[in-house]
Parts: sequence; C-alpha cells; structure tokens
Amino acid sequence: MHRVKLVLFVLAGLGAAALVAEQSPAPAQEPGANQASPQAPAQPQAPVGVARPPAYPVRPPADPAVVARGRQIFSANCSFCHGSDARGGEGGPNLIRSELVLNDNSGELITTVVQNGRPDKGMPKFDLAKEDIASIAAFIHSMPVGGRAATTGTVDPLVGDAKAGEAYFNGAGKCATCHSVTGDLAGIGAKYKDVRALQGTMLSGEPKGELAEAPHKTVTVTLRDGQTVEGTLEQVDDFIVSLVDANGNYHSYDRQGDSPKVVIKDPLQPHLDMLQTLKDVDIHNLTAYLVTLK
Amino acid sequence: MKQIRTFLFVTLIVSMAGIVSAQGLDPVLLTKPATDSWPTYSGDYSGQRFSSLTQINQTNIKNLGLAWVNHLTPGPGNASPSFRPGPGNPPTIVGGEIDEPVPVRGAGRISGAVLQVNGVLYVSVPDNAWAVDARNGMVLWHYFWKTKGGTHIGNRGMGMYHDWLYFETPDDYLVSLDAKTGKERWHKVISDFNEQYFSTIAPIVIGNHLIVGTADDLDAPGFLQSFDPETGDLQWKWYSEPEKMGEPGSETWPNLDSMRHGGAGTWVPGSYDPKLHLYYFGTANPTPAFSGVTREGDNLYTSCIVALNVDTGKLAWYYQPSPHDTHDWDAAQTPIIVDGEFKGKPRKLLLDASRNGYFFVLDRVTGEHLLTVPYTESLNWAKGLDKLGRPIRDPEKDASPGGALVLPDTDGIVNWQPPSYDPQTGLFYVATDENYSVYYRTEPNVRALQGLNGIQEQRVGKKGKYITAIDYKTGKVAWRHLQLSAGEGEGNTGLTTTAGKLLFGGDANGNLVAYDPANGKPLWHTHLGLVSNAVETYMLDGRQYILAASGDSLYAFALNF
Repeated sequence: MHRVKLVLFVLAGLGAAALVAEQSPAPAQEPGANQASPQAPAQPQAPVGVARPPAYPVRPPADPAVVARGRQIFSANCSFCHGSDARGGEGGPNLIRSELVLNDNSGELITTVVQNGRPDKGMPKFDLAKEDIASIAAFIHSMPVGGRAATTGTVDPLVGDAKAGEAYFNGAGKCATCHSVTGDLAGIGAKYKDVRALQGTMLSGEPKGELAEAPHKTVTVTLRDGQTVEGTLEQVDDFIVSLVDANGNYHSYDRQGDSPKVVIKDPLQPHLDMLQTLKDVDIHNLTAYLVTLK
Repeated sequence: MKQIRTFLFVTLIVSMAGIVSAQGLDPVLLTKPATDSWPTYSGDYSGQRFSSLTQINQTNIKNLGLAWVNHLTPGPGNASPSFRPGPGNPPTIVGGEIDEPVPVRGAGRISGAVLQVNGVLYVSVPDNAWAVDARNGMVLWHYFWKTKGGTHIGNRGMGMYHDWLYFETPDDYLVSLDAKTGKERWHKVISDFNEQYFSTIAPIVIGNHLIVGTADDLDAPGFLQSFDPETGDLQWKWYSEPEKMGEPGSETWPNLDSMRHGGAGTWVPGSYDPKLHLYYFGTANPTPAFSGVTREGDNLYTSCIVALNVDTGKLAWYYQPSPHDTHDWDAAQTPIIVDGEFKGKPRKLLLDASRNGYFFVLDRVTGEHLLTVPYTESLNWAKGLDKLGRPIRDPEKDASPGGALVLPDTDGIVNWQPPSYDPQTGLFYVATDENYSVYYRTEPNVRALQGLNGIQEQRVGKKGKYITAIDYKTGKVAWRHLQLSAGEGEGNTGLTTTAGKLLFGGDANGNLVAYDPANGKPLWHTHLGLVSNAVETYMLDGRQYILAASGDSLYAFALNF
C-alpha cells in the first residue's frame, strides 16, 4: 500500500509540474546568473517554460540506497524548517530551487552550509558527517523538479504604484518627516537587489537581507546614587540590566522593581508603531517608489 | 562488563520494586486532582494546571532553592547523566525496526510534560524516555528508539496506565514500556510515515482508553485514535475531516479531494470531563495552509475545538475559532474546563485562548458559544465577529504576491505551551507573543500548493511577549506583564498556578519566575534558559517540589527550611 501511494504521489507531483510548465511560458533563468554571490538571498525567479532547456542540472541518478538514507536524515534534521519535500517549510527556504543547491554537485556546497549553519538567517549548524550530508544532497537532487516547475517559490513584491507611493511618502505616510530620498534613503533602490529585503527594511526600520545587521537598542541606567550609565543594551529582564558603554566596557546591574531606573530606546519603535495602521496598498506603493530611488 | 551490568541491572530492579507499587497508576485516580503526583499531561484532566498545594507560597517563596538538577543524554550510547550518585550506568534499552537509526542532532530538548508517580519521574524527548528518581534526579533506566526519521520537533510527554508507559515517536510508532524496567512491551504503527505523518503528542489515558494523536507535514488528514492500553488494539478513530461527501461538515469543502487532503493534525493534548464523558481538544490548520483557493468554505473540522465521546469517538459538538484558516494558526491549544459562574448562572465552561488572538468561552455540555474577545489590540486579520462569535477573516490579509502585513505571525499569539486557570483569582493566564509578519504568496499555480508550501514569511516587527491574565467572565484583560528582553527573546512559556498564590512561568530572558497571580509582580526567579513547558508541582515525603525543564535538563526546587 505504501509503495502504491508513493508512486501515485510522485505521479501527481509530475502532473502538477507539467501543468505549470504549460501555463507559464516564461524565459528561463540565465545559467550562472547568481553564482557571484551565493550568500545573497534568493532572487525572484521566473517560472521555466518547456521550450527552454532546463536550468536545473541534469544529474545522473544516484544510488537509491543513498537517496533513501538521505531522505531519512533530511526528514529528521532538516524537514521542520525546509519542509518534508525540501520545498520550504516553517521558516526555511525551498531548497530544491535554492541557488546554492542548484550549483551543488554532490554535497560540496551543501556541506559547508550544513556544518557551519547560517546564523544570519537563523539556520543552526548541524554536526552531521560528510557522508550523511552527501546522502542528503543526493536526496534533494533526486526530487522530481520537473523542469523545476513543481513548486516555484518566487517573491516579487513589486505590485504597487510608484507615483502613489511617492505621494504617500511625502504626505499621509509622514515618511519625509524622518527620512529624505536625497539623504539617508539616497540610492536605496540600487542598494537592495532583493525587493523583498527592501520592503522588509522599509517596514521594520532594520536593514534586512544582504545589508542586514543586528539592531541596537540603547539604554540609560540611573543608579541609586544618581549616576547614569549609557550604552548598548546587552540584556534586560525584571531582574537584571546590562550594557556595553562607549568604551567597550560591560556593565551589569541587579534590578528590583524600578530601581535602578532603566530607560530603553529602541530605534525601531517608530516603525513598529506605524505598523498598526499601515495599509497593504500603501506598503506596496511605497515599495514601488523606493525601488525607483536608484 | 556485560556480566557486571546485568548484575547491577537486576539489583536496580529489585531496589525499584520498593519504589513503584505493584498497582502503578490506577486510571481511576486520574479523575481527581492529584497532589502527590503528576500523573497525566496537565496534572489532571481539567487542563487548569492549578495545584491546591500551599507549602510553597508568597510568604516563603524567597526560600525556594534547588533540590537537584540532572542533564539527560539522548541517543543510543552511554545513557549516564553527567552526575550519577548510584553505582554503574543505568541500562539503556534499545528499540526500533531498523538496524541503524537515522542520525538526529539537537533533539534533546525537554518540551513536554514529565509524569511523577510513586516518587519516579518519567520524562521524554524525541526517541528517548527515562525513569528518574524524583528525590535526587538519578536515572533509573533509559529507553532509546532507533528512528527512521520524521520531524523531530518535540515530544510532549508520556501517558501511564498501571505499570505501563506510552509514548509516540516522530516516525509514527506508539511504544509501550514497562515503567519498572523500561523494557518494551510492544510498539505499533499509528500513522503512515510515507505520507509524512509525524507524531509528538503525549498520549492521554482515560479509563481503559489511550487517546493518541498525530500530525502531518504534507496534507494527509488528521485523526485521533483510541487504543486499548492493555493490548494496543484500536478502539476508535476519529478523522478531523468528514470521510465522505454528504456527511455532516462535508458541505464546508468543495470536493472530496480537498477534504481528504485537508490536514488538521491532532498534536496538542486535550482536557476531559469525567461526568460528561467528553474529551475536548483543538485541531490543527487546514492544508494548503496559506491559500484557501482550493478549499472554499469553513473546512470543518480544521482549526476547531471538538468534543468527542471518549467511549465511541463520536463527535458531540464542535466550535471553530478560525473558520477557513489561511495563516497556519490551528486551534490546537489545551482547552481549560471550569465549573464557574457566567452571567450570574453556574455553568460548565470551556476556556480557550486561540493562536489567532481571540479568547473564547463555550458551554462544554452543548458547545454553545458564550463569549469571544480579542486578547490583544494589535490583531488586524479579521473584520469582526459573525453571529456565532467567530472571527470573520479578511481575505485581503491572506498571503499575496505583494505581501500582506498581518499580526500575528505564523506561530500565532500563543502556541502549544499550556495556559493556566486559577480558581482563587478567577483569571485565565496565558503567555503571549505578538509579531508582525509579511505573508507573501510565492506559488502562482494553485495546483502546486501543498501543505505549508506556497508562501514566504518576513517578520518585520515585534510587539513583545507578555504574561496576560484574562477575566473569563468578561474576556477583559485584567493585567499584562511585559517580558523584557534585549533581542529576540526566548520562546513562549507554559504556565502553572498554585493555591500558594503563585503563578510560575519562564520569561523572555530565560528566567523561571514566580509571579503574583493577582497582578503579575515577580516574587522569585532563577535563570535557567528557556523554560518552555509549564512547571509541575507535587508533594513527596512531606515536601512540595517545583519541577522545571530547560533544554536537556530537569531542575527540582523545594524550600530550604
């Protein structure tokens, strides 16, 4: 029964793939177009048409035993984030169409990522043996991508009206009260290759994607003797506050109720407050406008 | 070596025989709230996670200190903890159907309930179970299951019936162990691994029923099963969706295919009313999770609170907190049952803070809707409530190519971590987490949508984590306590209340904290790291213990007299 179901499932997947291919006669991605920056976030990709040669490498079939083992190791270690079928899941991207995976032959690139993780993207490192990762790679490479149209994960948030976005920026959105398109935002459309990252930056106030950096909250602690200490917030809860001052010194204080007095400044707060009322149409228009700021 | 180990093992069994009574855990005892044990997932069937114990209270909480700590080492190898006062190593019993287990890393986190019966703790993580002396943390035995794989996200604990334990594995087996020795009695398949089911939930023993759930990563239908705890034979199986068109509920699906690939796993334990013989639990999200295009309608019984007759598995009533869920929010929280006053009348109630941000009060006899109130002001995905008190989803807030800004994120305002109800304050407590996400639809072809596919999520703003206290009579928030942290903060926490006027929970910076349940003021704390499951409490030798878990470690606290 299991085997029959599996076969049917694969056939269904291929059927869906063929349908997509027929419906989406779009140009294929240029081979190697993204090889220069394998660490960059996935760029929006157009679906591949049947008339073009497949962008996915044609791979010799792997040893089924290795693929089966790779499937098991993947399911136990990777599937929660990347999905059981490696096509993306809770937080993790679709691996089947990942640039890095496309450029990988037999695990050589995947091994580096698996063993080191991607802390900037929230991926932990996995202490797996090389042959285990090679079998994971064999499993991912064995997936019936069907001209990679089985599930194409593309994000292209460029759906808004740049003119309306400009009007909102200078008018109702009040963006111009803090930001300037000739000042802090000059050329922001050129800085971000990934529109999704640009949109995320615009909303959160915190650089996302290729320009990501940890946001810094600052804190002022007023001690019981009236002395104040300022710096970058390291940790805070009901019982402790700690910071690194301008000289790089670490300070840590016990907290009891409001003593010592702690005032935290979060540079992202104005953006957070804005999210409560921001409309999606304004988000889309603003995004379209910022993209034009080359 | 083997000879010596065998000898020690026998000695151990003999010595343990004195600890564990011949009867083990009589399921009849589960119908009364226990004070000397923690015999089932929530401590008792009510889901309240309220203990009547008062030895530890507001006056003496400052003297609460560590009784013992133990680190548990999962895996097939040496099961000995970092610290073991007894002689030799405890036995590791190995089970499974394959020769070599699939390697798993980082799955040793305790994120479920620990049972305490007759002075022995029974604790589990994916593929691993231990018996531990509740007096000092010494491991008595360790069981290891050689896994075929599957999602190793967590194990929510074990069930116990007389001297037998039950736990689920990520590769979809129900394993029964002898509590005295850790030796396997039997194991059986509960769902199809090839269909990408994975199993995490704590089995719940009710009379001679063993209630077992499962979940799926792709789109296979969810179901709840009841087994005979003695033999493992199936007693009944309830599907989260109708099985045929024409059955009640099928009118909420466009066709059989969408209905039978509608998901809705059963992955969070429920509560039980012994007088009504009803088992209450929440089902998971429909699939495809983020697009409703292929499943127009309410999609019963996905993202529902359901009441099943525990003897037959027949549906008594349902209520759907998230009709046609398009954000993977589920309705899978442990409902709390309370006998209390509502609008001046005594009623049998069911309280539920749903992941979608709304708090619900239902009559648990009939399922009649009594109250819906959002328990945060930031929700932006619904256009109001319908006449049944169900949130009306705003389709504009479904994932879209340009992005839809939605609060909450896919994790929801709450997740599996259990809430608590304190009959002394009349307040319902829940740890909340509010985040804005942009939901992008990435799959233009609806036929290619499956399971959790088809979207990307970008988190763009954190409103913060709170302990939120709700007056169930009005749905009004009585107080909120901000859980400060410098960065992301630790994950959500489960909560427990006691008659000592204490509310225990983890904070966002990794402290275990005792709060005043009247106002959220912190009274005691210690830094452990993420405390995800609710603490448990019981009396042992005249001493009240607070048992907490963080990472791979158990921490027991008691008063320093």
